[in-house]
Amino acid sequence: MKGTITKDSITNEQLSELIDIVKKIHGFDFSDYTEASFKRRLARIMMLKKLEFYDLKHVLVNDPGFFQEFLEEITVNVTEMFRDPAFYKALNSQVVPYLSTYQHIKIWCAGCSSGEEVYSLAILLNEEKLSKKSFIYGTDINTGVLNEARKGIYSLRKIKSYAENYLFTGLPGSLTDHFTMMYDAAAIHSELKQNTLFSVHNLISDTGFNEFQMITCRNVFIYFEIELQYKILDLFYKSLCPLGYLCLGNKETIRSDAFRKKFKVINQKENIYQKIGS
Amino acid sequence: MALDDKIKRRWRESRILLLGGSAGSFKILFRLVKLLPVNLNKTVIIVIHRKKNFLSEIEKLFGENSRMLLREISDKEPIVNNTIYIAPANYHSLVENEGFFSLDVSEAVWYSKPSIDVTFESVADVYKGKVTAILFSGANQDGATGLLKLRQEGALTIAQHPEDAEMAEMPRSAIDIDAAEYILRTTDIFELLENTN
Repeated sequence: MKGTITKDSITNEQLSELIDIVKKIHGFDFSDYTEASFKRRLARIMMLKKLEFYDLKHVLVNDPGFFQEFLEEITVNVTEMFRDPAFYKALNSQVVPYLSTYQHIKIWCAGCSSGEEVYSLAILLNEEKLSKKSFIYGTDINTGVLNEARKGIYSLRKIKSYAENYLFTGLPGSLTDHFTMMYDAAAIHSELKQNTLFSVHNLISDTGFNEFQMITCRNVFIYFEIELQYKILDLFYKSLCPLGYLCLGNKETIRSDAFRKKFKVINQKENIYQKIGS
Repeated sequence: MALDDKIKRRWRESRILLLGGSAGSFKILFRLVKLLPVNLNKTVIIVIHRKKNFLSEIEKLFGENSRMLLREISDKEPIVNNTIYIAPANYHSLVENEGFFSLDVSEAVWYSKPSIDVTFESVADVYKGKVTAILFSGANQDGATGLLKLRQEGALTIAQHPEDAEMAEMPRSAIDIDAAEYILRTTDIFELLENTN
């Protein structure tokens, strides 16, 4: 929460050197990550672990256990339940009525972090009485946050702020209806967890794994260069059923003309798209 | 204080005008936005603390009253001259070497997202000395280290005089760490920014 000290920020040369090491030794390619935020993450890791740039390189090469820690800190795992309530409002009025006509609703939540968005969708579908025929796949490259997601336990402090978001969605219930309150935390009801599956998936290197009626990938593209965004948009396009829906973060507009021909805009402000063409 | 020719020249030579503020800065930023001419020949970036979930009227209000084109920053948006950009709520706004913005949802800084520090530091990284940055009224110390980094990179850094700021904490914090090369009265800030050619 405190101000970051980034006086010794990383040079561009150091950045490419580090990306090279990670790629060669650990097989993760960060070269198409947006530079400015990636540099901030690196500076943050160096501060948290009290490492100079040289030491960071050293442990990345020589300490096999360190990479997992690195991966968990380098990706941004800040998320909220019902982040951008207006999005859930739009989803409920413009998309859910169409989803409900399918026999099975399969949803892929790509870059799900600690699961808040998956459970937000599960709650929304539950309140619309669609739980029984829905299944939500949550994926992330970070195994640590996926373990958090599987637990579905959130601190009361977080739940309080999520409940505030929920209020703005216009949904009829209350967020806490879906949780069992414990001493200082709240656990999502197991019936909501039943129709979810969390697994590791790397958007940069892995292929599609199913056909979905809807894919959500919100506030992930902001960390990727445009070319990489296009590559992943193509993966999403191929992973959607005809007329399937794609939801991006509300600041992540599709700018490519080629893709604008493949996706119809359903809600411009919330960046909800529908697959058209074949 | 009369403005010297040096500060006027450095302002005129800047490519970017950075404005940061929090509590008590809205009115003055609004007046500034109204005043800036359409052919300012700079890019203006405004970071003002704001709450999430409240549909912000800032863009609308500022947009309807500015002579320059005004936009809320979206991801990978190209940075264009003669345009005012406003940092959106619940994201940090960063600039990239290749001339576009990127956004970040990472942890709040000084309980703030957008954080002034984050944007200022990022602009310092890319635009170095080609920046004029002004820190206005606010109730916390966000922006001070960002302004310091800008000063270290050779940017023209200004803090609103704490006596003129509704909330003095923000400009005061910048002055305390010697981040502000100039401490200007509000009237001087207006006079400086009107000094265009």
